Amino acid sequence: MNRGRKTVTTRRQFLAVAGGVASTAFVIVRHASATPASMASAIRQVIGEAVVQPGKVQLEVPPLVENGNTVSLTVSVASPMTAADHVKSIHIFNEKNPQPNVVAFHLGPRAGRAQVSTRIRLADTQTVIAIARMSDGSLWSAKADVIVTLAACVEDL
Amino acid sequence: MRVPKRTQWLAPAAMLLGFAAVEVVSAPAEIPLGERRSGYADLAPDTKAMQDDDTANPGMLWVQDGEALWNAKSGAANRACADCHNDARTTMTGVAARYPAFDSKLGRPIDLEQRINLCRAERQQAPAFAYESKELLSLSAFIGKQSRGEPITPPTDERLRPFLEAGLEQFNRRQGQLNLSCGQCHNDNWGKRLAGSLIPQAHPTGYPLYRLEWQAVGSLQRRLRNCIAGMRAEPYDYGAREFVSLELYLMWRARGLPIETPAVRP
Amino acid sequence: MASALINVPKKAKLGDVIEIKTLISHIMETGFRHSTTGVPIPRDIITSFVCTYNNEEIFRAVLYPAIAANPFFMFTTIATESGTIKFTWQGDNGFLATASASITVE
Repeated sequence: MNRGRKTVTTRRQFLAVAGGVASTAFVIVRHASATPASMASAIRQVIGEAVVQPGKVQLEVPPLVENGNTVSLTVSVASPMTAADHVKSIHIFNEKNPQPNVVAFHLGPRAGRAQVSTRIRLADTQTVIAIARMSDGSLWSAKADVIVTLAACVEDL
Repeated sequence: MRVPKRTQWLAPAAMLLGFAAVEVVSAPAEIPLGERRSGYADLAPDTKAMQDDDTANPGMLWVQDGEALWNAKSGAANRACADCHNDARTTMTGVAARYPAFDSKLGRPIDLEQRINLCRAERQQAPAFAYESKELLSLSAFIGKQSRGEPITPPTDERLRPFLEAGLEQFNRRQGQLNLSCGQCHNDNWGKRLAGSLIPQAHPTGYPLYRLEWQAVGSLQRRLRNCIAGMRAEPYDYGAREFVSLELYLMWRARGLPIETPAVRP
Repeated sequence: MASALINVPKKAKLGDVIEIKTLISHIMETGFRHSTTGVPIPRDIITSFVCTYNNEEIFRAVLYPAIAANPFFMFTTIATESGTIKFTWQGDNGFLATASASITVE
């Protein structure tokens, strides 16, 4: 306690103290996280050596999220979704979580429209990739960059 | 340093004498009534959308469980809440908006969770639900939701005054290793950022709420314990009287704002 | 006892593309967290979600730990006939939950 002097006179001081406190409250031990290399190999496991072209896929994620625990994500693919021409599956990957896979959706012509929404976890600011496999075997992708902020005062586990 | 500050707080607290009249002179640095807003206003669009859609709001999972508990017979008396209170959609409207309320038997205010547990003990002859248990959160979320849209209406009960003043004093008292008071962030610096997160005005309009940080529904007391620990002060135990007077003050401070339970917050 | 919230329109016109929303209560413990004493918390997640429409699969999801707690999905299907839409969630530690809804297609 400071006597004879106002504590935390400037906002900068206040934030420096609070920021320092918030970062030391971390108890979560991080495993070696995914890297662009391990994400690439996870992608290879799903699609083999096939070529992926950017396009047709739209990945909607907020550019800045308030909390990485729950990030809304909507992926849609431009496709008539007929028996002859439809999206068979959509695979989502990330760069920096402990594991590169996020989710895989299996659709079909009964979907009517290739659009799925869910909520994912992002451990850090990173890139998310969606790859769609079409009924003719072609692969299309989209990327989104997300900035992830943490809550100011992390609760003890 | 302490003495002059105390009289500062006591002066406006004495003004609470006329708190049947809503436009009471506020404590120094309190947010003017017209400038008050819920944390909802500052949410990212996706988080707002999560709260607004009952079919996608994770808090509704707890509300659904709460409805089941409301209708389930319990305790030695083998009674359900519904047996006395019928359809919560009509009988519980406005209830969460006017808690904490004074309990004559105990001679002090109690919050909604304590009221639920009193009912369980006295009417159902069932054991109390633990604080922060899934059951208690589900029931209070279900009851809270029945007040959604209703303005927070603290009871104008003279007996509450000393507890309200105690809550006001707690809110403005510096505490802990950081020597911070709640008011310094939430009255003086709302709208600015603390380590990347926006500082809200801190009105308990949507409790119990689904907090993304918790990935679960939690009570106002859980959030307050989180805050107090963040200030590096000793949090009160769940159910402590200090919490109830602080909740009472917070609800008074938020009077008129609509209930949003179950809210979603980062 | 897992609580699930599902939203399927009660009625639809033949050929309409309808939206289905599902929420299920589940902690989705990633397996990457440790307690304060350094003991790893074991993984406990839902690993698959299947939706059938009159017993024919119309949507399937394979989940990894990066799916947020209380998994939420919104997907679409064409209203082809009246009947039952069923949902099955399966996961670690023998987790199994089901739900269903009826739809009238005219």
